[in-house]
Amino acid sequence: MKTMGRMLLTKEPFSEIVMGNTALVRAMIESGTRVVTSYPGSPTPEIATAIQSIPGEKRPFYFEFSTNEKVATEVAFGAALNGHLSAVFFKSVGLNVASDTFVQLSLMNIIGGMVVVLGDDPGANSSQNEQDNRHFAYMSYTPVIEPSSPAEVYTFYKEAARLAQEKKMPVILRLTTHVCHAKEKVAFSGWEPSPFDNTPMFDVKNGPYISLTSEVFPKKRRALKNLQIIEEDSIRCGLHRTEDHKNRKMGIITMGLPFQSVMDVIEKAADKPDILKLGLVYPVPKEPIADFLRSHEEVKVLEELDDILEKEVKSIAYDLKLSTAIYGKMDSEDRIGEYTPDKVYQLLKKTWPHMLPDKGEKAEDLTLIPQRPAQMCPGCGHRSAFYAVKKVLEETDITVADIGCHSLGFLPPYKMGEILMCMGASTGMGSGLSIFNTSRKVIVFMGDSTFFHAGLPGIVNAVFNKHNITMVLMENGTTAMTGHQDHAASGKNFNEPVEAIPIRGVLEGLGVNKIYETDTYNQKKLKELLVQALGDEEFSVVIAKHPCMLKFTREQQRQPGYIRKRVDIDQNKCKRISECIQTFACPTFTRLEDGSIRINPDLCIGDGSCIQTCPTSAVTSPGAKGQEDNNG
Amino acid sequence: MDKFNIYLTGVGGQGIGLISEILLRAADNAGLNVKSVDTHGLAQRGGVVVSHIRMGETIYTPLIPAGESDLVVALERHEALRGMNGALKNGGVLIYYNTVWQPLDVRLKNADEITEDVISQECQRRDIREIRVVEPALKDIRMQNVAVLADIAKFELIPGINNENYIEAMKDLMEGKKLEDNMKLFNGKSA
Repeated sequence: MKTMGRMLLTKEPFSEIVMGNTALVRAMIESGTRVVTSYPGSPTPEIATAIQSIPGEKRPFYFEFSTNEKVATEVAFGAALNGHLSAVFFKSVGLNVASDTFVQLSLMNIIGGMVVVLGDDPGANSSQNEQDNRHFAYMSYTPVIEPSSPAEVYTFYKEAARLAQEKKMPVILRLTTHVCHAKEKVAFSGWEPSPFDNTPMFDVKNGPYISLTSEVFPKKRRALKNLQIIEEDSIRCGLHRTEDHKNRKMGIITMGLPFQSVMDVIEKAADKPDILKLGLVYPVPKEPIADFLRSHEEVKVLEELDDILEKEVKSIAYDLKLSTAIYGKMDSEDRIGEYTPDKVYQLLKKTWPHMLPDKGEKAEDLTLIPQRPAQMCPGCGHRSAFYAVKKVLEETDITVADIGCHSLGFLPPYKMGEILMCMGASTGMGSGLSIFNTSRKVIVFMGDSTFFHAGLPGIVNAVFNKHNITMVLMENGTTAMTGHQDHAASGKNFNEPVEAIPIRGVLEGLGVNKIYETDTYNQKKLKELLVQALGDEEFSVVIAKHPCMLKFTREQQRQPGYIRKRVDIDQNKCKRISECIQTFACPTFTRLEDGSIRINPDLCIGDGSCIQTCPTSAVTSPGAKGQEDNNG
Repeated sequence: MDKFNIYLTGVGGQGIGLISEILLRAADNAGLNVKSVDTHGLAQRGGVVVSHIRMGETIYTPLIPAGESDLVVALERHEALRGMNGALKNGGVLIYYNTVWQPLDVRLKNADEITEDVISQECQRRDIREIRVVEPALKDIRMQNVAVLADIAKFELIPGINNENYIEAMKDLMEGKKLEDNMKLFNGKSA
């Protein structure tokens, strides 16, 4: 078997099929990156998977999952002030969390250099919005390099690292979902591990690192000057490229994944437009854009999300008094969604109706196929929690969601967690919903990783300002949704076992008086505790615990002699009340044509969380011990 | 070789990632230029999971345009129909593992389960070759993907890739008992 860890440390030049996220890690190694930090979030967690494939003692850099993106940014920044080349990576909306620190970075003389790797998500494949993080780059004077493929992820990271080191500043490497996750064969250079100097180089002479009042201006001048240098440098170092099809009429300016889509789509064009592909997308390189405008009658700007490049191109044309026709976003739909080949085809058709051949009519679909929304896994403790909460609440009560697998509670049949914003937001929103509200109870949900990430301020506020709401803290021991990363209460960090920070202890320390705790599988107790907590005239917390069963089952399956257990339905006892399939709604339950309910043996893990939900005790767990405890 | 597009689909937890990686590496082993991309993240929790694989001299994105797949590989019956409707060319090939993981609306009684007949009729109407795979004796459901792989090999559904290429890819990705079991299944079926 080929192992990723061995591949990533290969000394000779080699080629391998890799994901963009994996190619990035090889680039980190070759560039001499010393400190890497992150908080997990799609589309970036596989970067950490690749890092983890290298055994700790052989890993040429330090890595940690920090408590949140802001802390991760601060740790990477601090390390870079000691002279270490550092990198931080997180998902698109992670930059919102990190922003307070992030926007200051370009003002600082970061002697080691620092690369901020962003996983933006046009198409909102796994995020709550499609935010275009180039806006943050403009706000903070931070250059942005944007690759379009795994091969470019590799070369562009090395370029970003070089610029960051040379200019002693932050550089953004902006990835998007299908660049992170694309796989292709990448040719890697050789790598020779070199000894590092671990001397802490921090020196105020390299600063000052205090940015207050008039101290801001020289720092801002330096940041702006750096942008100018980098813009010129990007032209020299070949970050931009042109696809010359000898078309002096039509040209396209593009970048990132849309470039690859354009290349696919124009293959069918009788008269292929020329293409200018930008690698540095902020600051935009004025000279190549001006040359491209001068040499084409009509230019289309193809960029995902917002019209940032378009405005730049138009202002260059205005300043130079160029008469080139420039087409950008034609309507608001052009700002929405990922620029896949299908989308780019439509966009080009709209711009130049005759450039591309018409597509044949798509076959008409005759049958309606039921949708398949994501859902909680068999045995998920969150299901048990939602099932119990629903039983104790009135229809009119208000449930507030937070980020995590438990966000899926909003789906039928639970419909639990009707408002969702961002990490840790449930408590604050719930507090607001409780003001002047004496008739509708407010329950807020929160996961354990989120609790540490951004949950604490909302809780402190609820205690301090005396908000009468109930939090259900869904403790499953891991950061489940992003692939089971450890957090502060897991008992280990990325590198070693550590003492778990007890959630209950933290709540007590924050002054929460009413704390209840049970395994979510114990329905009777959970319901009792919920009723009690809802009756408290103050902020109360019910810790609803159960390990993530996806993680647990995977670990069990790796054990020798593992035997898969399944529950069963006694068809003689079943009165077809459908509580299991329609209300508890574990995906294991299957409805046959004759109306009977059966277990899907592919899905059932024999956890038995469903047993106590059957009013006629028809669900049984043959051979599984310990179910008595769960019958509550 | 002309371009060849493969669209793989199933439900999170069925092992789409592994079969996709085997096909990707087998294509590379066969000397073909190949790219792919998988669904990650939230959708993997019991939702639809999709993988795109494209082969050919001049391919840029790994994303296959709608209705331009030559082959749809599905590990579940509902997803087989959804996949062929959205992705498959008329006259293409559908291979699917005939198992059902009922979608939410079927379980909630809001919709009917898709039957084998519906898929067969659709295949006939659109001149699609249909291959149905089922191996009731599998000792682990996580091997359903390799059962499908074996039929892909047996029926030579992907031009330019031979059994050796598939086997080499499996050896790159698995080891020990898992490799042994899957090789046995593959060799038994694909011969």
